[in-house]
Amino acid sequence: MEQYAIEMKGITKTFGKVIANHDVNLQLRKGEILALLGENGSGKTTLMNMLSGIYFPDHGSIKVNGTEVSIQSPKDAFDHGIGMIHQHFKLVDVLTAAENIVLGLKGGITIDRKSTNKKVKELGDKYGFDVDPAKKIYNMAVSEKQTVEILKVLYRGAEILILDEPTAVLTPQEVDKLFAVLRNMKEDGKSIIIITHKLHEVLSISDRVAILRKGEYIGTIETATANQSTLTEMMVGHAISLEIKHPEVEQGPEMLRVHDLTCLNSEKVKALDGVNFSAFGGEVLGIAGIAGSGQKELCEAIAGLYPITGGTVLFRQKKDGVEVMENIGGQDAQNIHKKGVSYVPMAFVPEDRLGMGLVASMDMVDNVMLRSYKDNKGFFVDRKPPKELSEKLIKDLEIVTPGVSTPVRRLSGGNVQKVLLGREISFGPDVLVVSYPVRGLDINSSYKIYDLLNEQKKKGVAVIFVGEDLDVLLEISDRILVMCGGKVSGIVNAKETTKEELGLYMIKVGGGKEEIA
Amino acid sequence: MSSVKTEKKTPLIRMIKRDEITQKKTWMIRAVAILGALITGGILILCLGKNPLQAYSDMLRGAFGSKVLIQETVKQAIPLLITAIGISFAFKMKFWNIGAEGQVLVGAIGAGYWAFFYAATLPKIPLIILMIVTAMLFGGLYGLLPALCKAKWGTNETLFTLMLNYIALYIIKYLANGPWKAAGSSFPKMPMIHKGVRLSKVFGVHWGWIIALVLVVFASIYFNRTKQGYEIAVVGESNNTARYAGINVGKVFRRTMFLSGALAGIAGMLQVAGCDYTITERTAGGVGFTAITVAWLAHMNPYGMLGVAAFIAVLERGCNQIETTMAIPASVSDLLIGIILFFMLGCEFFINYRLVTRGGKEEQNA
Repeated sequence: MEQYAIEMKGITKTFGKVIANHDVNLQLRKGEILALLGENGSGKTTLMNMLSGIYFPDHGSIKVNGTEVSIQSPKDAFDHGIGMIHQHFKLVDVLTAAENIVLGLKGGITIDRKSTNKKVKELGDKYGFDVDPAKKIYNMAVSEKQTVEILKVLYRGAEILILDEPTAVLTPQEVDKLFAVLRNMKEDGKSIIIITHKLHEVLSISDRVAILRKGEYIGTIETATANQSTLTEMMVGHAISLEIKHPEVEQGPEMLRVHDLTCLNSEKVKALDGVNFSAFGGEVLGIAGIAGSGQKELCEAIAGLYPITGGTVLFRQKKDGVEVMENIGGQDAQNIHKKGVSYVPMAFVPEDRLGMGLVASMDMVDNVMLRSYKDNKGFFVDRKPPKELSEKLIKDLEIVTPGVSTPVRRLSGGNVQKVLLGREISFGPDVLVVSYPVRGLDINSSYKIYDLLNEQKKKGVAVIFVGEDLDVLLEISDRILVMCGGKVSGIVNAKETTKEELGLYMIKVGGGKEEIA
Repeated sequence: MSSVKTEKKTPLIRMIKRDEITQKKTWMIRAVAILGALITGGILILCLGKNPLQAYSDMLRGAFGSKVLIQETVKQAIPLLITAIGISFAFKMKFWNIGAEGQVLVGAIGAGYWAFFYAATLPKIPLIILMIVTAMLFGGLYGLLPALCKAKWGTNETLFTLMLNYIALYIIKYLANGPWKAAGSSFPKMPMIHKGVRLSKVFGVHWGWIIALVLVVFASIYFNRTKQGYEIAVVGESNNTARYAGINVGKVFRRTMFLSGALAGIAGMLQVAGCDYTITERTAGGVGFTAITVAWLAHMNPYGMLGVAAFIAVLERGCNQIETTMAIPASVSDLLIGIILFFMLGCEFFINYRLVTRGGKEEQNA
């Protein structure tokens, strides 16, 4: 019988009533790259967290190299040679790469920086990592931090590596680099599990694919025998078209003009630096960029939630029958909203849905009236109109909920987003800013959201779509604005550009074209 | 690499968060908690060589044994209830106001000013109104101060309100020693207020209990039906969401803290005019802190606070009783209250989580 690096059998894990994993089996061969594929919420991360000692399974057994083990803490996991690289990095900002790597290891009271630096460098060279051991974490780009996380695990002698959605934060070029490193590690005999929901990555890197759906184990197949549609079918449960619709709409008038917008963050560093662009009715303007390049600040500045240091944010307004661009930059959300009593210029779906867009503990009615409760005259709130709107939204957007009085935090991610987007659309805005609208959503919900956005576009709304998945941005957008370090790196026509070009813009303002020219 | 465990081992006890729990089960857990508290307290009494059953029945007799005793119990519950409602205004907003004690005291000072110096010159009704208004104003402003500083400089409201308690206490000490000292007294104490200012009684208890009941209804409506109550809930959940909705967070902080303090101020006024008839360092007597427990146990629900405040008043009266009838020391009866509250607060954990023991059969439909 073949001895597996890891063999999980009959694993079940529940959180309250939620069954995260039910009777899951998983085998990892020695020296292979196994992709763990599944939609958001299908239990991939939970399953892996049980290998890395963060959760403990309710039922089932785990074998490492043929011996049954009990993994109760991350330390136990390390003792068995299992190392996990989490989606959210766990590094100490003020320490160097090498210091982070040896942190928590047994050793003398002092650290011999020279020799650890050398060891880290050697380890990096062995697998093709590009790393400077003496560099501080806070000076590092996201991809470098990820490198440190991987080295940290390797340094501790891990033979089995688990990577949780490692490509989510990387540019296309960085993804290629990471995959090259993973292949090197495989050559060296390491066994690797990579969690992902991106099909083309599965096909390009893995030897086998294990698929989870709604916490259930569906099966494991050889990657060589799989293609995108078979994988999707296993992942979703039925065949589904993966094409995002792109209706052709004639470009409308300029709805929003951002001129020379500059914002300082709390450390007085420029979070936005001279941002210029316009958004037109009837188009989807995609906004791409490495996470933290100023997308959040841009959205919030447009919505009046982020203090503006310089520049203007102009909205199209009708004044005495004449259309003018009016500056609302520097005004707070309250004033923008006050204007909106008769004429709502903009709607905003923030990336932090339950922490900013909605109140998690409140029911749908109370959430739907969040932006309009002030319109009611007098001292009391009137819950009748929002209740009617809630019922309409449930019907129109196919929101799955026990009722309008269920707290929204009990709803699934997709339904939460439908409540939020539904409310914002209900105002009939001119400008709709959506920030990472499908993050964490399953495929069906994601496509429903795309459809809703396209509907708005057809209505002549200027849709601004901040996204992370370049494939999606390329399909849904008419134009794509790429941000880099708080600046507009470039604005390109979505039909004429490629992922690689966007990747270049993401890491360097202007995409490095000036140097070539 | 010495500690590689190969044998299968499950942790002895694990806790699992409950998703939902039926009302019935919640009350069951609470009932078990009270029973546990009574047994633990009983063992304590037994150790002192007294009969716990007799102690408990004496406690009940102390709280409900006669008309006068019931009236005393109600009197004890009034400031507790009103202050708890005040505190819940701030707590709903996640503004940790632990300064109710001080707000009660400054409210008492505000009311005392009129009671001490204008009792002879003003007719009773305008005088009482002035006392209430001033008490609310003093208490409110005393609550507003930490909100202002938090909005302006981001100060920590917990420390700030706690320190204000001491300031209020020392203001009273100062007044009792100097300007408001009772004439002819050799002790540093304030005079008794004029008989004409004392609150009249309805069913044997000063009419503060009517105010308390009105406030319960008022708070319930305010929280659930008004725009301001809605804003408090949004701010309490997330400042970011509030800003997003166009709510001026600082304004809500200020307005709500003023209300919170003002309510505590009313409690102070009632203590002076209806209960103690003077102001001492013990006018608040820990009400501001016990009220936190009341608000918390009732999950900020005004009707729940009515029940919890009554329960704690019964406990306190009962413990008073056994101090005298059974010669159980005051410290032990305080301990008894502590045990009961500990069990009551502790059982909230079991309402939110359930425990699974190693090898134990797991509940399938919890």
